[in-house]
Amino acid sequence: MIPAQFDYVRATSAEHALQLLGEHGDDAKLLAGGHSLLPMMKLRLAMPSVLIDIAGLPDLSGVRRDGDDVVIGALTKHGELAASEILEREAPLVAHAAGLVGDPQIRHRGTIGGSLAHADPAADLPSALLASDGWLELQGPEGTRRVAVDDFFTGYFETVLQPDELVVAIGTPRRMGAGWGYEKFTRRANDWGIVTVATVGGRVALGNMGPTSLRARATEQALARGASIPDAAELAAEGTEPVTDLHADGEYRSHLARVLTRRALTRAAG
Amino acid sequence: MSILGTRVLRTEDPRFLTIGGNYTEDLVDERLTGAVHVFFVRSPVAHARIVGIDPSGALAAPGVVAVYTAADLADLPDVPPILPTMNQAMKRPPLARDVVRYVGDPVAIVVTEEAYQGEDAVELVDVDYDALAAVVDIDESLAGETLLFPEAGTNVAIEYGSEADLDSKLFDGCEVVVKHRIVNQRIAPAPMESRGAAAVWGDDGRLTAWIPNQGAQGTKGAMVGMLGIGAADVRVITPDVGGGFGAKFGADLEHVATAWVARKLNRPARWNETRYENLLGMTHARAQIQTVTVGGTRDGRMEAYRLEILQDCGGYPKIGGLLPSLTILMTPGTYAFDRAESIAKAIVTNTTPVGAYRGAGRPEATAAVERAVDLFAAEIGMDPAQVRRRNLLPPFTEPHQTKFGAVYDTGDYEAALDRVLEAADYEQLRAEQAKRRANGDPIALGIGLSSYVEVTGGGAESGEPHENALVEVHPDGSVTILTGTSPHGQGHETAWAMLASDVLGIPMDKITLKWGDTDLIPRGGGTGGSRSLQQGGSAVQKASRELVDVARTRAAEELEANPDDLQFDVATSAFAVAGVPGTSVSLAQLAEHERLFVETDFFQPGATFPFGAHVAVVDVDTETGKVVLRRVIAVDDAGVILNPLLADGQRHGGIAQGAAQAFLEEFVYDADGNPMTASFADYPFPSATEMPSFELVDMQTPTTYNPLGAKGIGEAGTIGSTPAVQNAVVDALSHLGVRHIDLPTSPQRVWKAIQAARSENA
Repeated sequence: MIPAQFDYVRATSAEHALQLLGEHGDDAKLLAGGHSLLPMMKLRLAMPSVLIDIAGLPDLSGVRRDGDDVVIGALTKHGELAASEILEREAPLVAHAAGLVGDPQIRHRGTIGGSLAHADPAADLPSALLASDGWLELQGPEGTRRVAVDDFFTGYFETVLQPDELVVAIGTPRRMGAGWGYEKFTRRANDWGIVTVATVGGRVALGNMGPTSLRARATEQALARGASIPDAAELAAEGTEPVTDLHADGEYRSHLARVLTRRALTRAAG
Repeated sequence: MSILGTRVLRTEDPRFLTIGGNYTEDLVDERLTGAVHVFFVRSPVAHARIVGIDPSGALAAPGVVAVYTAADLADLPDVPPILPTMNQAMKRPPLARDVVRYVGDPVAIVVTEEAYQGEDAVELVDVDYDALAAVVDIDESLAGETLLFPEAGTNVAIEYGSEADLDSKLFDGCEVVVKHRIVNQRIAPAPMESRGAAAVWGDDGRLTAWIPNQGAQGTKGAMVGMLGIGAADVRVITPDVGGGFGAKFGADLEHVATAWVARKLNRPARWNETRYENLLGMTHARAQIQTVTVGGTRDGRMEAYRLEILQDCGGYPKIGGLLPSLTILMTPGTYAFDRAESIAKAIVTNTTPVGAYRGAGRPEATAAVERAVDLFAAEIGMDPAQVRRRNLLPPFTEPHQTKFGAVYDTGDYEAALDRVLEAADYEQLRAEQAKRRANGDPIALGIGLSSYVEVTGGGAESGEPHENALVEVHPDGSVTILTGTSPHGQGHETAWAMLASDVLGIPMDKITLKWGDTDLIPRGGGTGGSRSLQQGGSAVQKASRELVDVARTRAAEELEANPDDLQFDVATSAFAVAGVPGTSVSLAQLAEHERLFVETDFFQPGATFPFGAHVAVVDVDTETGKVVLRRVIAVDDAGVILNPLLADGQRHGGIAQGAAQAFLEEFVYDADGNPMTASFADYPFPSATEMPSFELVDMQTPTTYNPLGAKGIGEAGTIGSTPAVQNAVVDALSHLGVRHIDLPTSPQRVWKAIQAARSENA
C-alpha cells in the first residue's frame, strides 16, 4: 500500500500554510494527524500532488477557556481532548467522544481540526460538536471567520471550508454540570459508529444517519414541548435518509437512532 | 523431575519481542542483491473475457523492467484441480489466459526495479474486459445458467455421494423431525503476515526460493509441479512465518510466477502482497451451505441425522473442493445416532478460491451437528445439555469405528460435557437467565453448548501418518534438532527442545531447532492438521532415545564395560558404570571423535481424535441486536499435554478465531461479485476488546497411538467455539421464539431475527 507520488512541504506558520494553499490550490491537501488522509492516499482514493504539513505549527494546539466558551486549537489531538481537565469539567461530551475515536494510536495522532474538516458523518467529534452547539474559526487570505458547526457540514465529506482556508480553532460553550449523553454503536471497539447519538442541553446530534452529522430536530422540538424521553426519542429518525451499507440497512439504522437517542437522553437526564 | 508437562516459557519469545522475526519481506541476503520486484495486475471484475492487454503505459513508467501476460508464461503447465476425481476441465492457467474468474484473479505481471514503482505501474496496464454474468451465489452456480468453465459442462467440481444415495426411510418412525438450512459463511484466514516470496536461480541452474509456508517440503513439491522442473533443482527455505492457519500450505501461482520472473530475467526477484491483495488473493475458508435434518423421540433420543453440504470452491477448485470429505468424515460428531448419512456437492463461483483454514472441514461438521442438536432440543422443549448427555457416545478406550470411516481412538465425551458444565456453573447460569427473562431485562443472557470430536494428524503424506527427526549431540555439549514440521507461531522451538532435553539431559538453551530448508531436511509433512507434536514431537523423542542407545555402545567401548552395566544419568548427560564411581563419559565427549546423531522416523497407527466441550455465555441487547461475548469455558482434551502454556496459547487463538466466525467475520460479495470486505476497516477481524478472558478447563485422555499420549490441539478451540457462541446467541432469544440465526450473528441479523419472531408471535 504505497500512495501515488506527491510533493511535501512543511508550513512554518498559519500564514505560510495559507500562502502555500493559495499557490497549489485544489491539488494540495493539508496534513495534520494524517489519520484519515494517509489511508485514503494509500488506497489511492485521494491523490493530492502536494501535502502541506501543518502538524508542527505553533499556537494551534491546546485547550483554554475564553469567556463563555472553551476554545480548542485545531491541531489538538484526540488523546489530549480526552485527557483535558477543562473539557472534562466544562464540555465532557467532547472529551468523552474524543476518547472513543479509533484506538490509542489514532488518538495519539489524529486532530480535532482534521476530523471536522474531513467531515466523515460516522466520526465521533462532528456529532459531539454539533450537539454542543460548537463553532469553528476558519482562517483564509482575507482573515478569519467564525462558522457555527450547525452551518459547517454541507454534504458527504463536504464542508463550507474553502480550498484556501484553514481550520484554526474550535469552540464550544462552557456547560459546567450540564447533563449529556453519547451513544456509539459499533461491532468492534475501534470501528466507526454504525450510528452515534450525542446530546447536551436539549440538542441531539446523530452520526452516520445521513451525509453529514444531523440534528434530530423532531426529537429536540418534542423535548422542548415537554414530551417524555421515550416519546421524544421515537422521533429521532424523522426526516433522515440513512444509507444502507454492510452493517445496517436504512430501517435498522433508523431503529438504532431511536434506541440510542432514548439511551443518550436518559443518560443526560440522569 | 521431568520438565514434560510443565509450563516452560517460550524460548522463541525474547527474539520475537525484541529484535523481531526475520520475515520474507525483510529478508537480507546477498543472493538477493539487485532483486527486481514483482507485482500482479489483478482483475477488478468477477467474471469477464480478456479481450486485450496493452502494457505500453506501464512499460513507459519509471523503473518498469517488464510486463508479462499468460502468453509469456506458456512454458508453465496449467494447474489441474487438486484431486483427480474433480472435473479435470477446471484447470487454472498460471495467469488468467482468456477469462478472469474472480476479483483479484492475476492477469499480468509487472516487474520493477524498486518496490514503490510497481504499485504505480500496475495501474497503467490497460486490460480490456468483456464482462460475463457473474455467478456469486451457490444456488445460482448449481442452476448452471452461466458456467465458469464451459468446457467442463457444469459448475460442479466434485460430488461426494448424491441425492440418489440418500435413504428415503432414514426418518421413518421418528416422533420429531427438524430440518434447517444453515450457512457456514465465507471467511478470510487473514494471517498477520501476508504472502510473499523471494527467488534466485544459481549458476548451477537451481532455484532457491524463500517462501512463508507451513512445510517447506510440501511447498517445494508444489513449486516443482507448477514450474515443471526436477525436484533436485529446487530448494525452498522457510523464513519466520507470521501465521498460516492452513492457507500457507503448498505454493500459489504468485510464488511460481516470482520464480519464473527470476529465471526469465536472470535476476533475483521478490514479491510481497498488500493486505488488500491478501484479502482477495489468499484462499478463503468455510463457505458451506448445509441442510441438517435430525429426527428422534419426544423424550430426547436422537435417532437419525442427515447432513447435505453445498461447498463453494470459489473460482478454481483447490482444497475447498476437498473440505466436504472431511466434513462428511466427522458427520455424527460425538453422538450415537442410530442412523446418519451425508452427501456433498462442491461447486465453483466467481469468488476467491476456498482453501484450508484452522479446522478445515471439521469445524463445519461440528457447527452443523451442534446446531441440529439445539434445533432438536428446542423442538421438544428439552434443555440442550440434557439432550447432549442423552445422546453422547459412551466412553471408550478401544477404537470406535464410525460408518463414515473415522476411527476415534479414545474418548470420554460425557466427562468433557460434565466438566465444562460444572466449570461454567450451568445451573446458576440458567437461573440468571430465568431471572432476567422474568424481569423483562432488555439484555438477554444466552448460554450455548457444543460437544465436539475432531481428527488430527491424519498424515500430510501418503501412507501411515509419520514424521522424521534428526537429533545430533555436538562435542561442545550443544544439540541440533532437524524436524520435518514447520513452526509459524506454535512454539516448536520450546517443545522440541523440552523433548530432547528430557531424554539427553542437555539444557534447553543448548538445543537449537532447525526446520524449513529442503536441502537440509528433504523430507517432512510440515505443520497443519494439528499433527506436529504427536508425530514430529514423537520423532524427536524417539531419535533422542535412539541416540542414547547409540551412545551407550560407544560409551561401553570408551569405558571398557558391558553396555548393560552402564547407567545413563540424565542429570549429568553422562554414562557411568554401575557401582564404579568416578568413571563416566558424557554424550558430548562421545561426539568428539565421531558424529553422534540419529535420524529416525516415527510412524503413528492412525489419526487421533481430540474432543471437548465448550460453553459460551453472551449478552444480547434485544433492543439493538448486539452480541457481547461474556465468557467462554472450554474443555479441550488433546491427550497428554507436553507444555500447558503452549497448549493454552493454541486454545486461546483457536477460541478467538472460532468466536469471531460466530459473531463478527464474514467475507461479503455483492451480486456482481465485487468484494465488500477487502480491508480490515470492513472485514471485522476481532481485537482483544471483543473477547473475554477464556476459562480453560483441564482434561487429558491419552491416546495410545504415540508414546507422548498426545493428540492435536491447534484447531480444537476453533472447532468448539463457533457453535457454542452461535448456540448462545440463539439461546438468548429462544423465549422470543427465535430458533436459528445464521453466522455471523451480526447486530442487524440478530435484530431482524427478533423482529421476525415477534411478528410471527403477534
